[in-house]
Amino acid sequence: MQKTFWGYRRENGRVGVRNHVIVLPVDDLSNAAAEAVANNIKGTLALPHPYGRLQFGADLELHFRTLIGTGANPNVAAVVVIGIEDGWTSRVVEGIKKTGKPVAGFGIEGHGDHETIRRASQQAREYLQWASELRREERPLKELWVSTKCGESDTTSGCGANPTVGNAFDKLYPHGVTMVFGETTELTGGEHLVAARCRNDEVRKKFQFVFDRYQEVINRHKTSDLSESQPTKGNIAGGLTTIEEKALGNIQKIGRKCVVDGVLDKAEMPTAPGLWFMDSSSAAAEMVTLCAASGFVVHFFPTGQGNVIGNPILPVIKLCANPRTVRTMSEHIDVDVSGLLRKELTPDQAGDKLLDCMYRTANGRLTAAEALGHREFVLTRLYESA
Amino acid sequence: MIHFVVHEEGDGVGVVVVEGVKSGQPLEGWIMEDDKDVRVTSKSDIPIGHKVALRDYQPGDTVIKYGVDIGKVVKPIAKGEHLHVHNVKTKRW
Repeated sequence: MQKTFWGYRRENGRVGVRNHVIVLPVDDLSNAAAEAVANNIKGTLALPHPYGRLQFGADLELHFRTLIGTGANPNVAAVVVIGIEDGWTSRVVEGIKKTGKPVAGFGIEGHGDHETIRRASQQAREYLQWASELRREERPLKELWVSTKCGESDTTSGCGANPTVGNAFDKLYPHGVTMVFGETTELTGGEHLVAARCRNDEVRKKFQFVFDRYQEVINRHKTSDLSESQPTKGNIAGGLTTIEEKALGNIQKIGRKCVVDGVLDKAEMPTAPGLWFMDSSSAAAEMVTLCAASGFVVHFFPTGQGNVIGNPILPVIKLCANPRTVRTMSEHIDVDVSGLLRKELTPDQAGDKLLDCMYRTANGRLTAAEALGHREFVLTRLYESA
Repeated sequence: MIHFVVHEEGDGVGVVVVEGVKSGQPLEGWIMEDDKDVRVTSKSDIPIGHKVALRDYQPGDTVIKYGVDIGKVVKPIAKGEHLHVHNVKTKRW
């Protein structure tokens, strides 16, 4: 197996596989200015989102953790932060600054959009030209952080695409790669299998705690057995009948040998190599956004019916084993593993095919989602604003 | 030709992996974990990705896939019939 990849080594030692200069709004009000800056300075990327006002408590902490984590991600070279006022803007700037990467903040109040856009554009141009001279260097495989989450799954996900991710994870794990999976409610019916894979009782207890906590959320708010929400209508159209069946397919992604080494809160950064479970929504864009905010630089996304998701800063590699989806939605699929279901491909070969795509993506090849401009940036909310 | 796959021996369902399966069609299956062959005659039109019952079921029975409980039967299902949300429900939530 290949032992190195070519990435951008950042100031804090982490390694990215993309070199984005992002314009990050702190709140919904600052989207217009952020998008104007990105429009002025070609090659920078605005990350608009609808939140950041009157949030409080754990929900506000998650908001900051997600924005700071996104800016801190090693796929990002430099960050221009824009907020409606200076206080929360500088909180995001200070959080990102800990990585040592270039970051500057601009508050709109007292200046207006025009002046803010002018000053922020000047800064963004300087960052972009600086970043354009950074070069990739050969780095050991263990410095690659790989996340996974599946979407619009069907029964072929459980017998084809998800076990392919599992096979690749089993091969990456011994190299000390940092990996994550999540989708807390989507383990329902197979949670005992994940608990059995936890490294020790402490990890198992933490996993069970977040699993039970999420079940309480479902039970508090549900009006039915969640049919059509979980599994989704797309899942059901694809042949998945119950949450248990969907969960058992989902769990194939963690392979057969990997051990669950730890449990993360949403958008929390891992502190050691190994396989981590992150408490998270099973909605694709929310979960992938959390993976990016936790510092992951490449994402494996198995799909059955054809989820089209991408992320602004995290390359999303899509793999599929459903021959109909591969035929009808080929522009979205990076790795076709439908041969698994015809015995034309062994699980081992499928895993290698995915790893080959992973190296090429890490070394710079754009994924289908990147080429198609999928930049879903979706912040997870925990409850109502004040 | 493989028309359906079964995760492991003992599972009560197979997943149809080809398009256009019609009622009355003899189907060839592959048990992936054990690399064995299995056959069943379809008693429904079954879309790709959907499940075919590999045994008869009565309401209250448990359906096993991946060797694990995936839900309860709510209407009788004959071997070869389409098994899905119209005759099987979750035991959770």
